[in-house]
Amino acid sequence: MSYRLPAPLGNAIDRSSAISFTWNGKKLKGFEGDTIASALLANGEHILGRSMKYHRPRGVLTADFWDPNTTVQVDDEPNVRASHRKLADGMAVSAQNVWPSLKFDVKAANGLVGRFLTAGFYYKTFMKPAKLWPTYEHVLAKFAPGGAVDLNTPHGRYDKRYAHPDVVVAGGGPSGMAAALAAAEAGSSVMLVEHEHQLGGHLLWGSDDDQVAATELAASCEAAGVEILSNSTVAGRYEDNWISISQRNHPGVIERLIKARAKTLVVAAGTIERPYVFQGNDLPGVMTSGGAQRLIRMYGVKPGTRAVVFTANESGDSAVEALQSAGISIARVVDARSGEGITSASGSKSRVKRVTLSDGATVDCDLLVTAVGWTTPTSLLNMAGDRPVYDADAARFFPAGPPDNVLATGGMVGDGSRNELIAHGRATGELAAGRAVVVRHRIQAATARATPVDGQEPDYPADERTPLDRARHPEVYRSTTHGIVDYSEDVSSKDLFSAAGEGFDSVELIKRFTTATMGPSQGKLETVNTVAMLAEARNETIAEVGTTMWRPPYAPISLGALAGRINEPTRVSVLQSWHEANGATPILAGQWVRPEHYGDPAAEVLNTRTNVGIIDVTPLGKLDLQGPDVPKLLSLLYTNKWMALPIGGVRYGLMCAEDGVVLDDGVTARLDEEHYLMTTTSSGAAKIWHWIEMWLQTEHPDWQVHVTPVTTGLTSINIAGPNSRELLGRLTDDIDLDPDAFPYMNVRRGTIAGVENCIAWRIGFTGELSYEIHVPSGHAVHVWGQLLEQGADLGVKAFGLEAQRIMRLEKGHFIVGQDTDGLSKAPVTGLNPLLKLDKDDWAGMPEVAWTIESGDHPVIVACQPDNGSVVPEEAAQILRAGTTEIVGRITSSRMSPTLNRSICLAQVTKEFATPGTSLEVLLVSGERITATVQEHHAHFDPEGARLRG
Amino acid sequence: MLLVPCPHCGPMNAGDLTYNGESHRRPDPKTCTPKEWRTYLYLRENPSGWLLENWYCSSGCRKHFKIERHTLTGELRAPVLPGRKPGATQGDMK
Repeated sequence: MSYRLPAPLGNAIDRSSAISFTWNGKKLKGFEGDTIASALLANGEHILGRSMKYHRPRGVLTADFWDPNTTVQVDDEPNVRASHRKLADGMAVSAQNVWPSLKFDVKAANGLVGRFLTAGFYYKTFMKPAKLWPTYEHVLAKFAPGGAVDLNTPHGRYDKRYAHPDVVVAGGGPSGMAAALAAAEAGSSVMLVEHEHQLGGHLLWGSDDDQVAATELAASCEAAGVEILSNSTVAGRYEDNWISISQRNHPGVIERLIKARAKTLVVAAGTIERPYVFQGNDLPGVMTSGGAQRLIRMYGVKPGTRAVVFTANESGDSAVEALQSAGISIARVVDARSGEGITSASGSKSRVKRVTLSDGATVDCDLLVTAVGWTTPTSLLNMAGDRPVYDADAARFFPAGPPDNVLATGGMVGDGSRNELIAHGRATGELAAGRAVVVRHRIQAATARATPVDGQEPDYPADERTPLDRARHPEVYRSTTHGIVDYSEDVSSKDLFSAAGEGFDSVELIKRFTTATMGPSQGKLETVNTVAMLAEARNETIAEVGTTMWRPPYAPISLGALAGRINEPTRVSVLQSWHEANGATPILAGQWVRPEHYGDPAAEVLNTRTNVGIIDVTPLGKLDLQGPDVPKLLSLLYTNKWMALPIGGVRYGLMCAEDGVVLDDGVTARLDEEHYLMTTTSSGAAKIWHWIEMWLQTEHPDWQVHVTPVTTGLTSINIAGPNSRELLGRLTDDIDLDPDAFPYMNVRRGTIAGVENCIAWRIGFTGELSYEIHVPSGHAVHVWGQLLEQGADLGVKAFGLEAQRIMRLEKGHFIVGQDTDGLSKAPVTGLNPLLKLDKDDWAGMPEVAWTIESGDHPVIVACQPDNGSVVPEEAAQILRAGTTEIVGRITSSRMSPTLNRSICLAQVTKEFATPGTSLEVLLVSGERITATVQEHHAHFDPEGARLRG
Repeated sequence: MLLVPCPHCGPMNAGDLTYNGESHRRPDPKTCTPKEWRTYLYLRENPSGWLLENWYCSSGCRKHFKIERHTLTGELRAPVLPGRKPGATQGDMK
């Protein structure tokens, strides 16, 4: 039978647009605007799920975002809030936490043994013996609530946005809309955030006049330019009004996280209706007065046929009117204000059938509506430092006083007619806008590069709002029987009483022990009832017990929204298109996409050693240093001496952090009297720039040095191999390449392939005669092409990162971060002649001096496996022979095409560093092999004859 | 997220700056003892109250600056540094 009511009831649905969906495989129909839950109820399906621990049947309680027991599976998405998610065509909806079916659930047996599942059951029962934990876990996991996660679900699209509004209003009820409107009219940029699907708040399920007023206010907000974010939640408020908003209605993405820096935050979150605690309060057919009115007035759904209404306030009275308008017969109105009460509800497994009143009478019904009071969701105010205070006369908590840039309005601060709430909202919006103007003025005045502010700072507006009255309300929390307090966690008042009896006297502790308030509704329905139960059990007042600390998020956010879109930016050199067109295999090195090889790295090595090779080394960090004090800076940052580097000279340097650990290395050239070019490792480029800035600004602000990063401004190409001089010579007229005129470790500037202002220096990471040229990037493609064209008869070929790594390892050059780590102090490198302890100062010098003095450090050595066909894995351990004592590790290893054998660098303790020492290397396979420590770091051409030629 | 007033760029998200921790004096590397040097490297006061801190405007103007922050309240104020006039705060954004 259909429970759909005729129009005009159902202002949220569009009856002209029918929607088909399935519920546990059964085909059903709903309307556009329905939530999944309202559509199910309209079809007479009133059990939507089963409770977490006892597997009791549950239905709609509140019919809004906070409805605790209506989470369902929708297609491949688990844990969907059926009372919030809008119905969409073709949805396959199914109940979760049921087995084998919703109507017959084996686990409901838990209900029979419920007394064993009281608070702390898990802690107490499964503590010991610890060895049985895997078994416990296995069994308990089957009883865990939640839907099924499909591991094959494709990546959803999520996004983030950063916003800088003047005012954010959290809550789109009458006060929130009025605040947003007033702020916008006062000139503020305003974001109005409503976590339900449409603006209006309680007006939407109020009288006809209320509904008209909601529509008008929403239209005014839109016309005034307020940015309206519906189906979105202000999830958190952090320092200086940093506001996180989870936006669920942005087109094209599942969820978007907005990070807004608001100048003023208006909190108009309204109130949330509390369920009543009594035996049977979780039966399907028991619901709050708001829930019943929402179903009738917004969704045109009849929640029952014969109702008992238990009311302590106007909302219950209004519910009676709504029920009557829906043709539901009112079996009894039980008024708490005249001392009446209910003690229990009973029914079949699936529905309430009878209510027992305090006077012992019983009334038959299939719907029990309760209206017992309000919870003030002060979460966002708590996050701003406010500690709410309980008012027994109004039977709810109120904010004590948030900071000046956070303003509360509406039901959170008092009660009133629709017009009074709107008036308070307007006054709040005006105040928020006025304060935002002052904050904006201050920000602008504090920003040196901003447009200068006009005039004096405006006066900070004082809070002169007329406060809302607080309506008196009886304290109605629990009947004489026990019932459910936390529906999503299945915690009863009995659990809380027994926990209190066990000595849990603090609300923060009892919350964690019983898990009350810790479910998906984050305490919105449960916190105050929990506090009230603890107060009653301990014979204290609610004010004495106080409330729990509400922390972010206000409502759960998906992990996808926190992660945002998958966006890993990468960098490429201007030559990347050539690399791609010529068969390069890409490799991601830090942020850089680089050619790993062009097919055969070993052939690239041999060609470079025999003829000539060119490699794109643009990612090399490059810093242009100018000024009279550059030598002082270099002397401070490098371990060696720099005061006498001649113009045209190039020098290698090692940098340490202040703890003596190797930080970076590279070469620096003196181009002119006061002009230097520093290179850093590719991964260290940004770090060293910051490092230099820090020393210049904090320790030596008097030094005259300008630092400019030019890493991508110059494209760097290394030309290496016996034919490199011939090749470069064909491209330049004004650089004299004669070895006497341009020796090793020198730099020259000139024109290469017609491109002016190129820099060429003779250095050698590969161990070959080589020139590294730095070309203005705009001309780099031309120069690269010329090198290949002019060198065709010289055998020129491009080589990639892998060939370079092999060649550097053949030469025994260590790589910072590969052969050193975060514990490798400078002496580990064996470059002790470069550690100049007679200088006045350099970064890390004292630690390096003490390390050398103690002699207690490992060293980098070259070693070769005795079986040259075995390449030990990098990071393979080196052990004392026949033992498991670790004495070092392989840091780099490759098969050398030049030597036709495996070669390594390793870090070993000093005892094992002497040339000729045999090392025992443990391979990943578990096999142990032997390797021998070499005399030089370089496996190939240790004298460097090729390099200096 | 805290708004930290860069003297040049104005209030910046703390996440757009680099926090370089408590301000401390670097000992003379020629004469310091290991204890002095390691105190400089590793040991911090971590007071509950006003703390002089180093910040670096790493996503903005690249200025290093000092600021006093109250570790309990999050309040920020411009420090009175040698060679700088005591005066208005660098911006009270609250």
